[in-house]
Amino acid sequence: MTTTQDAKLTEFEDNDQKPVGFGRMLRKEDARLLRGRGRFVDDVQLPGMLHLAILRSPFAHANIVSIDTSAAEASPGVKAVVTGETLKGLGLAWMPTLSNDVQAVLATDRVRFQGQEVAFVVAEDRYQARDALELIDVEYEVLEPVVDVRKALSPDAPVIRTDLEGKTDNHVFDWETGDEEETNRVFASADVIVKEDIVYPRVHPAPMETCGSVADFDPVEGKLRLWSTTQAPHAHRTLYAIVAGLPEHKIQVIAPDIGGGFGNKVPIYPGYVHSIVGSIVTGKPVKWMEDRSENLISTGFARDYIMRAEIAATREGKILAIRTNVLADHGAFNGTAAPVKYPAGFFGVFTGSYDLQAAHCKMTAVYTNKAPGGVAYACSFRITEAVYLVERIVDALAYELQIDPAELRLKNFIQPEQFPYTTKTGWVYDSGDYEPTMRLAMEMAGYDELRKEQAEKRARGELMGIGIAFFTEAVGAGPRKNMDILGLGMADGCELRVHPTGKAVVRLSVKTQGQGHETTFAQIIAEELGIPPADIDVLHGDTDNTPFGLGTYGSRSTPVSGAAAALVARKVRDKAKLIASGMLEVSVADLDWVKGAFQVKGDPGRSVTIQEIAFRAHGAGDLPDGVEGGLEAQICYNPSNLTYPHGAYICVVDIDPGTAEVKVRRFIAVDDCGTRINPMIIEGQVHGGLTDGVGMALMEMISFDEDGNCLGASLMDYLIPTALEVPDWETGYTVTPSPHHPIGAKGIGESATVGSPPAIVNAVVDALKPFGIRHADMPLTPSRVWDAMRGQATPPI
Amino acid sequence: MQVPAPFEYERATSVDQAIGLLERLGSSARLVAGGHSLLPMMKLRLANFEYLIDINDLHAELGYIRLSDDEVRIGAMTRHRELLESDVLAGVFPIFADAEKVIADPIVRNRGTLGGSLCQADPSEDLSAVCTTLDASCVIRGPGGSERVVTMEEFHVGPYETAVADNEILTEIRIPRKSFKVGSAYAKVERRAGDWAVVSAGAAVWLDQGRIVDARVGLAAVGPNTTGIPEISAALRGHEPDESLFELAGAIAARSCDPATDTRGSADYKRHLADELTRRTLRKAVERARS
Ligand SMILES: Cc1cc2nc3c(=O)[nH]c(=O)nc-3n(C[C@H](O)[C@H](O)[C@H](O)COP(=O)(O)OP(=O)(O)OC[C@H]3O[C@@H](n4cnc5c(N)ncnc54)[C@H](O)[C@@H]3O)c2cc1C
Repeated sequence: MTTTQDAKLTEFEDNDQKPVGFGRMLRKEDARLLRGRGRFVDDVQLPGMLHLAILRSPFAHANIVSIDTSAAEASPGVKAVVTGETLKGLGLAWMPTLSNDVQAVLATDRVRFQGQEVAFVVAEDRYQARDALELIDVEYEVLEPVVDVRKALSPDAPVIRTDLEGKTDNHVFDWETGDEEETNRVFASADVIVKEDIVYPRVHPAPMETCGSVADFDPVEGKLRLWSTTQAPHAHRTLYAIVAGLPEHKIQVIAPDIGGGFGNKVPIYPGYVHSIVGSIVTGKPVKWMEDRSENLISTGFARDYIMRAEIAATREGKILAIRTNVLADHGAFNGTAAPVKYPAGFFGVFTGSYDLQAAHCKMTAVYTNKAPGGVAYACSFRITEAVYLVERIVDALAYELQIDPAELRLKNFIQPEQFPYTTKTGWVYDSGDYEPTMRLAMEMAGYDELRKEQAEKRARGELMGIGIAFFTEAVGAGPRKNMDILGLGMADGCELRVHPTGKAVVRLSVKTQGQGHETTFAQIIAEELGIPPADIDVLHGDTDNTPFGLGTYGSRSTPVSGAAAALVARKVRDKAKLIASGMLEVSVADLDWVKGAFQVKGDPGRSVTIQEIAFRAHGAGDLPDGVEGGLEAQICYNPSNLTYPHGAYICVVDIDPGTAEVKVRRFIAVDDCGTRINPMIIEGQVHGGLTDGVGMALMEMISFDEDGNCLGASLMDYLIPTALEVPDWETGYTVTPSPHHPIGAKGIGESATVGSPPAIVNAVVDALKPFGIRHADMPLTPSRVWDAMRGQATPPI
Repeated sequence: MQVPAPFEYERATSVDQAIGLLERLGSSARLVAGGHSLLPMMKLRLANFEYLIDINDLHAELGYIRLSDDEVRIGAMTRHRELLESDVLAGVFPIFADAEKVIADPIVRNRGTLGGSLCQADPSEDLSAVCTTLDASCVIRGPGGSERVVTMEEFHVGPYETAVADNEILTEIRIPRKSFKVGSAYAKVERRAGDWAVVSAGAAVWLDQGRIVDARVGLAAVGPNTTGIPEISAALRGHEPDESLFELAGAIAARSCDPATDTRGSADYKRHLADELTRRTLRKAVERARS
């Protein structure tokens, strides 16, 4: 059960049959997915297909002394056993990561994290492949691991990346933003400075479907077909061309239905490459599908930032400046997926939604003996960390100044007339009107009543907390002038064809993993072209059949690809207008567009529908001079700026004083993602993200023991929330369109994941106020809350 | 997909036939009941057995809850869900329903069994704590129709180790009924629904004329065994129940257990919970005994 601001939640009014695009509409893809007729990578069956299993390192750090594969090779059904040595011979032992580092496809010299790929077996079925792994004899010489990120740069720390020439420490990069001198100056003259050490622990996206691929290399055609769990099929195709040296037109990457991504399926994993090598070596299609533990221990994690936050303010509560120092754990290889010029992603938006005088951040990233990754899990390129930092430290300031946290925020918001607003770290917020969003959330929550209730409960010794988070996101990467991934600009193509009978097919460069693209994009085209969404097919995920683009992550589909879809539809409409003018024998200037038809100005009786125009475009008879037949267009959209959604979240928790268990009683989420295409899909995205937030705030963490063993290797150890941990979500919205996006939409995919953890943590810390608590780190498990209650809160790492 | 190592599989047709198979195959064979403990371990290859003997067809024979004046008998194949939904049990020992509500999830409860739970002998196992609280005994059958009855203390040899030999089957749990007013309750702290206990506690109280004639507390996840805490029973017997008594019991529970720090919580916190949950369940048990 959920409640929303929209009264008519259940009314869908056959919106898919109407020419008007925006509004509630059931998802087109659901009929397939709910009836079990989805086709995921593991559903792909090809004649003669073999199965691949990966042998992984049991140690976090060890030299490989020797590998004996003879027993595995002799095992029933085994077709090939491949080690790092084999790949080295082919020049394939290493591959580039998305951050211009390299990662081992199979370890040759050393293993650098527990779960690293050491060898793989290809066999007739997956049982035989898995059984043969046990017969591979690897001799390891165990090395001291670097587990504690704080010690990674100490002079006596073992050097992890001995593969990099001349590397003598575990340093990855230093990064800085803002004006240090100016910030220090503002701090020096501030009335109040509040400082807090804040940890955002390592978490894992844990999508329902794990990663996998089916590679089918045709030695005659020289063509590779790769079905894989990828959020970015086009980017992957180009990278495979670079890694494997195959010509790009001979590679077809197909992302079929994807069972959740959350950033986990942005990188290229060694397993994908293994399946390609396996297919080339055996001449047969090869399937690799990782199991749950493999997914949790070896694929892209998220967060792992240790942050020192400082905020400067006047005694009256005017926030002046924020500065922060961050130590970032990047694991054994820097596999961060972020635009190359942004090694810390978009962390620079840590200035939040506030009008500051100065800001500065200094960051150091290091290698440790842990799985690589860094940016994943619905984080909008590190905005999750940034928003957590600012919303936590603003709350700490409210605590110190004894000002209500809602009031403090309202006092410091960037004002509507200040947009476009350039932050002190150089981000240009496109549009925003924060106060109405905040006020709506407070009204829905009954904020004043809640505070009263809290005061009464406190008097009785009960623990109730109210937490607020107000966030501004930066999504829709991004303008090609400064954003690329490995040299590939972050623009997106879109192609639209209207068939003779007026039905249409639109081809996207982005790829849904559950976000509902097949519906949202049909609605965008419908809105622009007046063709009912039911008559529009959305194709995506197949590089041979869709235009180039960088894929779906960082909430970029609607801001970038959605803009492309709207513009390609307008291009088709422009052409339709020319044809209509011929059909109606009037000049183009005398035509009006009414959803789905062109009408002669002042004579509504004379009009032609888009369907009639489509038939004419493909039919017999003359078209106006210079107009080609057909009704289609293609476009590549380069966004001029990011879009900046915002939202106000309020969370109410109760804590059992005896057991320290936290219960999230209420959660009010008011989102502003600009123009709303399908409110139902938006709410779905918000519900999912809020649930993620409950997980991160209260239970999720990938932790390691001192030997570098991953302690979150199964869903019994790595907890993700269930329906029982979440309240009935109360959602609302305001609409502040993006001025530069053709339909004013801003993106919603990650807002709730970004905004909910600080709201929940702020609520828990607020509940613990009677104990004099100003900060406690996630995950706020009962044990850790109990520690906090006794003044013994510790960082989780 | 996690795949187990190869094994052979047979469905048992009777208890004695299953024992015959166990006798022949020795330690290379394992019974599979609900499979919710065994199969995950096999899929993770933490356990490999050459033979599995499936006893699910014995549910008709070993799935029951029988009430008589002096005891309750529960068959080893009785499933979690049956324990949860049994009105008979709810009437005499509501501790079962309390515990079952917080054991795993409906899918696991549809299959998992009482026998499997006890034989798994996981120190965090909830039903072992329930059976300990109720002073249950375990009926073990072996070759040639031999049968022995052991106490919970004897049954639990150590973590993941029980008194059941390779060629034996646990067939039944017997819980004594006393001619006094009885109340029982169970409480668990978990990080998330369906998770194993951080700590859980069960309590049972028998009252006569308002005085405690017997009281037992059983804890889970706070040490290597699930034996009751005799010191609590001794401290409570003969007294009229009140808050100070519960507090005393809680303090004894906290100092009698031996928890370890792990990802579920610190040893200190678990000790605190042993205290807190002991007090809560005793309070509830007394309340139920009185009503
Ligand atoms: C996701 C999940 C969450 C869980 N959460 C909890 C929880 O919160 N609390 C809790 O207490 N449990 C929990 N469990 C465990 C669950 O209760 C299991 O069902 C139970 O522990 C084992 O019962 P089973 O019938 O499935 O046993 P099986 O897995 O079939 O067997 C377990 C062991 O007992 C042996 N065995 C089974 N029956 C007999 C018999 N009659 N005689 C001799 N040996 C026998 C088997 O050979 C095997 O060694 C959870 C399990 C899962 C999968």
